[in-house]
Amino acid sequence: MTRTMSVTALSRITWRAPALTAVLCLASLTVAAQGTDGTRVSALSTLVVWIPFILKGFLLNLIMSILAMAIATVAGVILGFMQISPSVILRVPAKLFTQLFRNSPWLVILFAIMLLLPFQVTLPGGDKILIPDWVKATVGFALPVMANIAEILRGAVLSIPSGQWESAESLAFSRRQTLRYIILPQCIRRMLPPWMNWYALLMLMTPMAAILGVNEALGNTQAAMEAAGSHPEFLIPFYLFLMTIFFVFIYPISIYTRRLERRFSAGS
Amino acid sequence: MQPASTWTPDQPIVALRDVHKSFGSFEVLKGIDLEVMKGEVICIIGPSGSGKSTLVRTINGLTPVTSGSVTVEGQEVHDAKLDKLALRRKVGIVFQQYNLFPHRTVLDNIMMAPLLVLREKRDDVEERARALLAKVKLIDKEDAYPAELSGGQQQRVAIARSLCMRPDVMLFDEVTAALDPETVKEVLVTIKELASDGMTCVLVTHEMGFAREISDRVYFTDHGRIVESGPPDAIFECPQDPRTREFLSKVL
Ligand SMILES: Nc1ncnc2c1ncn2[C@@H]1O[C@H](COP(=O)(O)OP(=O)(O)OP(=O)(O)O)[C@@H](O)[C@H]1O
Ligand SMILES: [Mg+2]
Repeated sequence: MTRTMSVTALSRITWRAPALTAVLCLASLTVAAQGTDGTRVSALSTLVVWIPFILKGFLLNLIMSILAMAIATVAGVILGFMQISPSVILRVPAKLFTQLFRNSPWLVILFAIMLLLPFQVTLPGGDKILIPDWVKATVGFALPVMANIAEILRGAVLSIPSGQWESAESLAFSRRQTLRYIILPQCIRRMLPPWMNWYALLMLMTPMAAILGVNEALGNTQAAMEAAGSHPEFLIPFYLFLMTIFFVFIYPISIYTRRLERRFSAGS
Repeated sequence: MQPASTWTPDQPIVALRDVHKSFGSFEVLKGIDLEVMKGEVICIIGPSGSGKSTLVRTINGLTPVTSGSVTVEGQEVHDAKLDKLALRRKVGIVFQQYNLFPHRTVLDNIMMAPLLVLREKRDDVEERARALLAKVKLIDKEDAYPAELSGGQQQRVAIARSLCMRPDVMLFDEVTAALDPETVKEVLVTIKELASDGMTCVLVTHEMGFAREISDRVYFTDHGRIVESGPPDAIFECPQDPRTREFLSKVL
């Protein structure tokens, strides 16, 4: 009974995604068509001309988000384990570090990282390589997500019943073996939905890099409008298009996250 | 570790001497003395909160003691220098809540510790695990996950998992308390077979009939003390202490 209900609910959401996308696209077209005869043609055709440029920027958003998520996951898991370590020397700094990055505005972290990281590094051979701004921005995005993944891990570990620890201990597992073979595998299931949520959020935050001059989707959209003459009629179709590509990418992820959440909550 | 102990099988395999345990200012064990000989089966009975679980858990070092001594095969359990691994492979424990690893199959549950902790050869462990599954009559369930089993079946897997470490002593803490009345019996049968194979067993149980039938000695605890102990017939037929009499009149 509940099963069929959730299936229909799901199909409704899945059906909604393309419909919403279509509505957004249509809206952008209609708005573009509402200008005077001359600008209608130019707003739309200008957009079409600049689409590859905007998509190229979007590719950088994708790369930044994936890289940042990889950094955040590895660092977050380490930080999470440090927080539950029996050693005070590991635990206290890890807690402070986590709370610092969880409770700071993302934009402030981003600016701080931009200014704190050197713009070039000297390799052991003496060669100097420049650190591109988008790499710095990636680090800046990774930090707050890292702190939140650390919290997710800590919460997941604490949610495992103490009986699991006790029986592992009685079977002579070391603390490390218990974490690796008993606790962590059970945590991954619980961590997956919030982890995906944070990825979606991270992806949505990447246009902040435009403020710092990174040529990602938002920056390129603005550059395109400027290059095409900065007509006010451009604003709505260009920005609607930008929102649409983010939407098309993120919405399936949030649907899948919700589906996983439901499945896990039904399973337990 | 202590020097290769001078323990011989005619000495108690488990011995508690004047064991005290406090949680904060609350004293749960107030001087416990108890001895178990190899192959003996003892039962600990007593009202809820009298410290039975705490007592049993001090034997494998799961709960540290505040003072007193606990030895297993002559080795002090609460010695900071003790090799915990050596102790834990000698003493198996089964809990009320089974505590199987839900993400692993029945066979994996049984094999994990011998493979990962004792680093034994997979073939040997697998053979032993299958033999144990046969013993607890779950041979057809080796690929099942714990959630797919009944409480009684899970508890028998937990027993097999413990036995696969080849312990010398088994501790059972109210292992049937969470089970349906119909499945209690299958678990008790398993324990009975184990006892008749000569396994040293320390049982905490509320199943008075079972305690009487299986044990060599019964200990009655109340408020952190052993009030009375003796052969089951003596304890159940003519308890000496009024507290034992009162408890038995309630549960029998
Ligand atoms: N980790 C702990 N921290 C604080 N108090 C504890 C802890 N473990 C047990 N206690 C307390 O110690 C007392 C004895 O607990 P224990 O579990 O040993 O009793 P028990 O005889 O096994 O009871 P039951 O028959 O209900 O299982 C209880 O009052 C309990 O609240
Ligand atoms: Mg108990």
